[in-house]
Amino acid sequence: MATKDDLGRHGEQLAVAYLQARGMRVLDRNWRCSDGEIDVVAREDHTLVAVEVKTRSGRTHGTAFEAVTEEKVTRLRRLAARWQDERCPLTERFDAIRVDVVALERFAGTFTIRHERGMC
Amino acid sequence: MTVARTRCVALVGVTGHPIDVEADVGSGVAGTHLIGMLDTALSEARDRVRSAVVNSRHSWPDARITISLFPASLPKRGSMFDLAIAVALLAAAGVVPVARVADPFFLGELGLDGSLRPLRGVLPAVLAAAAAGARTVVVPVRNAAEAALVPDVTVVPFSTLGQLIGWLRDDDQTCAPVAETPTRNGTGEITRAWPSSATEPRAGVPDLGDVAGQPFARRALEVCAAGGHNLWMLGPPGTGKTMLAERLPTLLPHLEHEQALEVTAIHSVAGTLPEDRPLLVRPPFVAPHHTATVAAVIGGGSGAIRPGAVSLAHRGVLFLDEAPEYPATVLDSLRQPLESGTVTVSRAMGSVTFPARFMLVLAANQCPCARPAGPADPCRCTPMARRRYLARLSGPLLDRVDVKIALYRSSRRELLADRRFIEPSRVVAERVLAAREQAAKRFSGTPWRCNAEVSAQALHTDYRPAAKAMTPLLRCLDSGELSARGLDRTLRVAWTLADLAGKSAPEVTETNAALGLWLGEAR
Repeated sequence: MATKDDLGRHGEQLAVAYLQARGMRVLDRNWRCSDGEIDVVAREDHTLVAVEVKTRSGRTHGTAFEAVTEEKVTRLRRLAARWQDERCPLTERFDAIRVDVVALERFAGTFTIRHERGMC
Repeated sequence: MTVARTRCVALVGVTGHPIDVEADVGSGVAGTHLIGMLDTALSEARDRVRSAVVNSRHSWPDARITISLFPASLPKRGSMFDLAIAVALLAAAGVVPVARVADPFFLGELGLDGSLRPLRGVLPAVLAAAAAGARTVVVPVRNAAEAALVPDVTVVPFSTLGQLIGWLRDDDQTCAPVAETPTRNGTGEITRAWPSSATEPRAGVPDLGDVAGQPFARRALEVCAAGGHNLWMLGPPGTGKTMLAERLPTLLPHLEHEQALEVTAIHSVAGTLPEDRPLLVRPPFVAPHHTATVAAVIGGGSGAIRPGAVSLAHRGVLFLDEAPEYPATVLDSLRQPLESGTVTVSRAMGSVTFPARFMLVLAANQCPCARPAGPADPCRCTPMARRRYLARLSGPLLDRVDVKIALYRSSRRELLADRRFIEPSRVVAERVLAAREQAAKRFSGTPWRCNAEVSAQALHTDYRPAAKAMTPLLRCLDSGELSARGLDRTLRVAWTLADLAGKSAPEVTETNAALGLWLGEAR
């Protein structure tokens, strides 16, 4: 397994722990379909939240947050709707769908975390 | 995360319009959005500003950045807004205090390393900023001298964005590097802005004393300089047409302060301003090549409309050597600026009016072969070819030329004899200045400065010579040799001749001489 995948996996672990500590319930992780992947699917009250986790080992290639483009966010929203269609019974539909971004950057062995809600 | 606002100037022609630059650093997908009717060079500001900020060791806000230039209806072009965009953004991101950037104007283009690069058109931009109530204007160091020409504005020059950020963060505003302001004497005239050599004759500078053997042409040049008249010179090659034209500016007085600012503003926009002389005080001399296009002569160009040769020659001399070689469209396009003193260039994106009050000097050979006409080797052009050559200059254009002279080859004896009568430019310029002062005294309280500018209506009311002096002119009008406009132009030259002679009004000697100059038959 390549180093970058290790970093990504570690970042996702941290993100999940962070989201749970903030009171969100994680429903699914690394859900894939033919259109792409959602890193974390969570619920907050009656909202379905698709979370993109972006981890960077530094800032030499730009910040983790700016690496998430408009296009990516739009795709996540579409994926979230598809996730609901495939994994949720009709009786348990959510009131709303939201896309969040969790950006992690490694500085001197420790991580900074930034959680941006409602990107789309 | 807040909104910050600062100010800048957009140039349309030589007129500046104040622009508000707003920056909002807020939540959303990270990215930079520039809005407000921008051209390509301005959209590229995003990349320049980002590199400049990062290379000035400040972090780029990791957020959604929106930058708006207002009013959005005005088309904005070029890189003049870089600095204002960077400053607004840094204020919105909390790097510099929002309150500090709200009032000053920021003008400058940014290099990728964070250096401030000089701009074109700083003078008109700072003038517009001053008119909009600016107290402080930040400019690149290399434009500081030009910006400092504008009174009542504090010019703060910087060479890098990093220094500017340091100044904006500093509470003590008094430590700002202030541009060296040119000293002004009692009349508000700038005395230090040009090197003293500009007023003194220098070696290698053309002087009227260089021209030998054309006493009549030298006199015609003096008349044109004194009254601001247009000149047409016809003669074989080697008789000194170009030499004479080049020496016309040396006879003209210095530009008045207001005129100097006008001329400098045009040259600043055109990018032809010499860096060591922020204020142009000598009348410009512009001699476009005969392959020049209409856009080059009148003004135009794709994208930003730039001033043409007629505007660069504003308050100076426009010299068209080998005039029949110019395309007819170029020659006829001179008619509007010759009448109105302005030129309006219209394009799809809008129209721009430039000042263009210049003295026109036309020179031509009598025929296309341009053979030095001597008895040994006469010109072999057919009469038809000669006529066709000079017919390229349209009647309406020549009708706007007040003084028409023919030059002939001088014999050796004439050249030697003329030596005694040669005067240097300095002596002639004194007479020109005296004549111009007499005219200016007469025109006090009117918008005119020299005889060539007087309106036709005023010529026949306030400035009509005595009936006796008018006789030769009216006779020519009756016989059809003079058009109505020709009569007005002849009258203006007559006034100039009177000014040169120190007379209070033209007499029959002056009107006769003016008629001779007009008809081109003085010899």
